[in-house]
Amino acid sequence: MRLTPGFRAFRAIGLLVFAAYFFVPLLAMFDFSTQRRGSAEGRTWDNWAFMVTDEDLRSSIVASLLLAVLTVVLMVVLLVPTMVWVRLRVPRARPLIEFLCLLPLTIPALVIVVGITNVYSWVTYLLGDSALVLTFAYVVLVLPYSYRAIDASLAAIDAATLSEAARSLGASWFTVIVRIIMPNITGGILGAAFISVALVLGEYVFASLLHFDTLPVAMAALYKSNGPAAMAAALASMILVAVLLVGLTFLSRDRHKQGASS
Amino acid sequence: MTDVSTRPGTERGLAVELSDLTRVYGAVKALDGLTLHLAPGELVALLGPSGCGKTTALRILAGLDQPTSGSVSVGGKDLTRVPANKRDMGMVFQAYSLFPHMTVIDNVAFGLKLRGKDGSSRRARAGDMLDLVGLGQHADRYAHQLSGGQQQRVALARALAIEPSVLLLDEPLSALDAKVRVQLRDEIRRVQLEVGTTTLFVTHDQEEALAVADRVGVMNAGRLEQLAPPAELYSAPATKFVGEFVGLSNRLPATVQGGTASVLGRDVPALDGSTSGYALVRPEAISVVADADGGATVTAVMFLGPLSRVTCQLVDGTDVVAQLASSDALRLQPGDAVRLEVEPSPVLVVAG
Repeated sequence: MRLTPGFRAFRAIGLLVFAAYFFVPLLAMFDFSTQRRGSAEGRTWDNWAFMVTDEDLRSSIVASLLLAVLTVVLMVVLLVPTMVWVRLRVPRARPLIEFLCLLPLTIPALVIVVGITNVYSWVTYLLGDSALVLTFAYVVLVLPYSYRAIDASLAAIDAATLSEAARSLGASWFTVIVRIIMPNITGGILGAAFISVALVLGEYVFASLLHFDTLPVAMAALYKSNGPAAMAAALASMILVAVLLVGLTFLSRDRHKQGASS
Repeated sequence: MTDVSTRPGTERGLAVELSDLTRVYGAVKALDGLTLHLAPGELVALLGPSGCGKTTALRILAGLDQPTSGSVSVGGKDLTRVPANKRDMGMVFQAYSLFPHMTVIDNVAFGLKLRGKDGSSRRARAGDMLDLVGLGQHADRYAHQLSGGQQQRVALARALAIEPSVLLLDEPLSALDAKVRVQLRDEIRRVQLEVGTTTLFVTHDQEEALAVADRVGVMNAGRLEQLAPPAELYSAPATKFVGEFVGLSNRLPATVQGGTASVLGRDVPALDGSTSGYALVRPEAISVVADADGGATVTAVMFLGPLSRVTCQLVDGTDVVAQLASSDALRLQPGDAVRLEVEPSPVLVVAG
């Protein structure tokens, strides 16, 4: 289709408006995070360096990153075999599993926190008071999104025939899941993983009400005393999530080129 | 019948025994006491309409389903409760089943890898199998880069690479177009004869079954109606269902006395069946002769290439289809008065 000059100009202006809508706040955050404190002029990276130099902020960043990794690992270990097993062996249980996985979406986070507070007093009693125990709650939190991403990938392949073909060739169920099904739903697993990372890095309600120092909790506290440093930390976590999502896009595209369905 | 015991390569095949298999799904009896014996190296086709239980039988033999009762043994070894991955059977599915994330050669070598074969022997064996199905040059392609027929040939190579005790083919040609289907059908038979693996082939296409099998089993409602070599199945059906399901048959009024059936005024040998009712007569067993007092009229002539199908109507209104050489059939016109004659080949008489 040939585009008229008028339409091209309209398209360019539209693109610019949307770009401004998304990037101006980010630029403002960057501007704010590089300002010197008080009335001093010029730019400084001190607020960005604060993420490394400040013990509390650094440990909260490490805690949040570890939480993200642990949540993803536990989510994949629990969800992928369960979903594959249900799809192949007990398809009648699918509506129930779907209902259970989507349930956290319908219950406000605050209600869940109130509900699990007592459970967590036992969890911290048994496993210590590290912020990493939040992994269990976060796996529940990310279930609806992860379930959707993995379910869409599973629906795109003929999992039943592939697994029966592998079984007839001598594969155990473990081999079927790890070497046949998982490589063909990598796109869905990566999608679920990155959504989980984004959710965990931005989660505030659970951590705050259960009194754990994660990055969002530390940022909220820091914002009261050192706004520019809190802004630098917020921008850094947004950039990390954006990089992960861009990475996901390219990984999916490469897998399509390679010939694997996802 | 091909004598499978004297065929080259059959020494590698094992005997398969399905004994009194029953499979019940809720209120539905998918298999109702199926007993089937496959001789070593034999290719048996199970033929029947949808829902007759043929795929269930194959899946139970593969270990992908469990019988409600009955037993499965291969080479004298009871496999009834052995899981699918320990049965050592190669299977080709109706749906395309190549692993999409693996190349063709990796697909074929997958079963060998699970058996702990080293890389070089895996590649050599997989390469040999691909050569056997004529796809050696496509080893490094992915499934989505192959046509449907090529994918099924790779699936056949993959199933044979593990040197299975039994080869199971679950309607492997159904998804292919007619021309490729015939080519692959012949190729499956060639390869099966070459490797000598005992094979169970499930299909709903009777031409396919009759063309490739040593024996064909016709199934209906979970039961085996008849198991016989293709020619016998066609010429001497044991039951009304087989007679009507395999090939075309005319239903002509008949009476039987002393092993002889009287059909269209002519006496022909009668197979074991009813003493009165309808004789199932093949179109090619009927000849059409121009005769003004013959008692029948041509209603249609359908040209099918070297053969033509002529439809006639008897005075009582019964339609009769005859299959003639086109050179004879094209002399006839709708409206011609004719006489129908039944060849003296045995017919099955079934109750009305």
